[in-house]
Amino acid sequence: MNKKSGTKSLFSTLIGKKMLMGLTGLFLITFLVVHCGINALIFFNDGGELFNKGAEFMGTNLLIRTMEIVLFLGIIAHIVDALLLTLSNNKTRIVKYAHQKPNANSKWYSRWMGLLGTLILMFLIIHLKHFWVISRFTDHIAHSELDKLPGQETMFAEMKEIFENPMVVLLYVAAMVSLAYHLMHGFQSAFQTMGWNHPKYTPAIKKIGFWFSIIIPFVFALMPIALHLGIIK
Amino acid sequence: MKFNLKIWRQKNAQAAGKMVDYTIENINADMSFLEMMDVLNEQLIRKGDEPVAFDHDCREGICGMCSMHINGRPHGPLRGTTTCQLYMRNFTDGETIFIEPFRANSFPIIRDLVVDRSAFDRIMQVGGFVSVNTGQVQDANNIPVNKADADLAMDAASCIGCGACVAACKNASASLFVSAKISQYALLPQGRIEAQERVLAMVNQMDEEGFGSCTNTGACEAECPKGISLTNIARMNREYYVASIS
Repeated sequence: MNKKSGTKSLFSTLIGKKMLMGLTGLFLITFLVVHCGINALIFFNDGGELFNKGAEFMGTNLLIRTMEIVLFLGIIAHIVDALLLTLSNNKTRIVKYAHQKPNANSKWYSRWMGLLGTLILMFLIIHLKHFWVISRFTDHIAHSELDKLPGQETMFAEMKEIFENPMVVLLYVAAMVSLAYHLMHGFQSAFQTMGWNHPKYTPAIKKIGFWFSIIIPFVFALMPIALHLGIIK
Repeated sequence: MKFNLKIWRQKNAQAAGKMVDYTIENINADMSFLEMMDVLNEQLIRKGDEPVAFDHDCREGICGMCSMHINGRPHGPLRGTTTCQLYMRNFTDGETIFIEPFRANSFPIIRDLVVDRSAFDRIMQVGGFVSVNTGQVQDANNIPVNKADADLAMDAASCIGCGACVAACKNASASLFVSAKISQYALLPQGRIEAQERVLAMVNQMDEEGFGSCTNTGACEAECPKGISLTNIARMNREYYVASIS
């Protein structure tokens, strides 16, 4: 058998590209935990005081701001890699089956990760425009109710205002459904791709992945609903 | 029993193919699917038509030759069976049955339902073996093998290379096949010696042959007539990145 010389580098093969997909996916999952945790501070129902503190911390802490850049790089890598893989996978079966029963052997959301991801991306663009752009690139957001300048609002007040629109609430909830299904496949799939498979731990990973993909999007979806209905004031 | 068959007919690799309708009657419920195809072909020959070309050999589920995508699934509706182990009693009388070749660019059609699966052979040629120097065969018990590993290697080795995994995969990925072959060696001390070179070469060749990437849908495992597990793919990936960074 030939020695290793002449073989491709890790990320140039399809397995390598899938590993990049899995690693960036797992990284984005850790982001979801942080994001969901900070935002869930609104559930203290203290007029957004704690939440505004959290938002200020996220906007000013150096480590978080650095990780923000890494996060965007992670998202871009996840998207570009997905595009490259999809383009190459689209070329593997030019003549399609006349009759196919894909539901007999696999879950629909495992086959539609690209579509679910695209829906999440579309939501992400709108979501960034709603909150991130305003807080990072304008003077519109005040750190708290106390040091609010004329014309400024706190992050919490901004959130309440945006979620007054029922269409926006609907969009956010729909996006969280997409996220739930994306995670339901993605979470355990990332572990499988990385080869982290073990008879003892894989069933636990699958179980955690299942509940993670339900709980996190559910808590996220609860936020616009609660704000819209005025349950959180 | 009576069946309406819709079968893919294609003269050769270059010609355009199409689905052609046939009706077949007086089929015994205990005939295998391939026997039903034999009856159809005899009728076609008697009429002066070209018989439908299809792959088959042992007809007992161990050679991996019979292929066919039947009613939307490789090897038909039953789990854990090859087409030769599929019986007409698994269909309902008067049913319309779609019969297509395994579809993947890496499995070009030779004629009708016969596809060229030599891409698998080329993957095996670059590393699907253990190099053995000539000389006396040593005593088997000289190399202790853990029973659990021996069982896993045996499970992986039960892959018959039929290509149902590729046919079922939405990306026409050969990951299940390649990972089974890599695993059967990687799990045993005799195969460990060349494990790194093997995984790099076989993964490389798998890409060269134009198979897609693995999306972990699990369709391959569900359609595999030998029940090859997805854990083999995890093992291949693990072996692969360890080999490529070391």
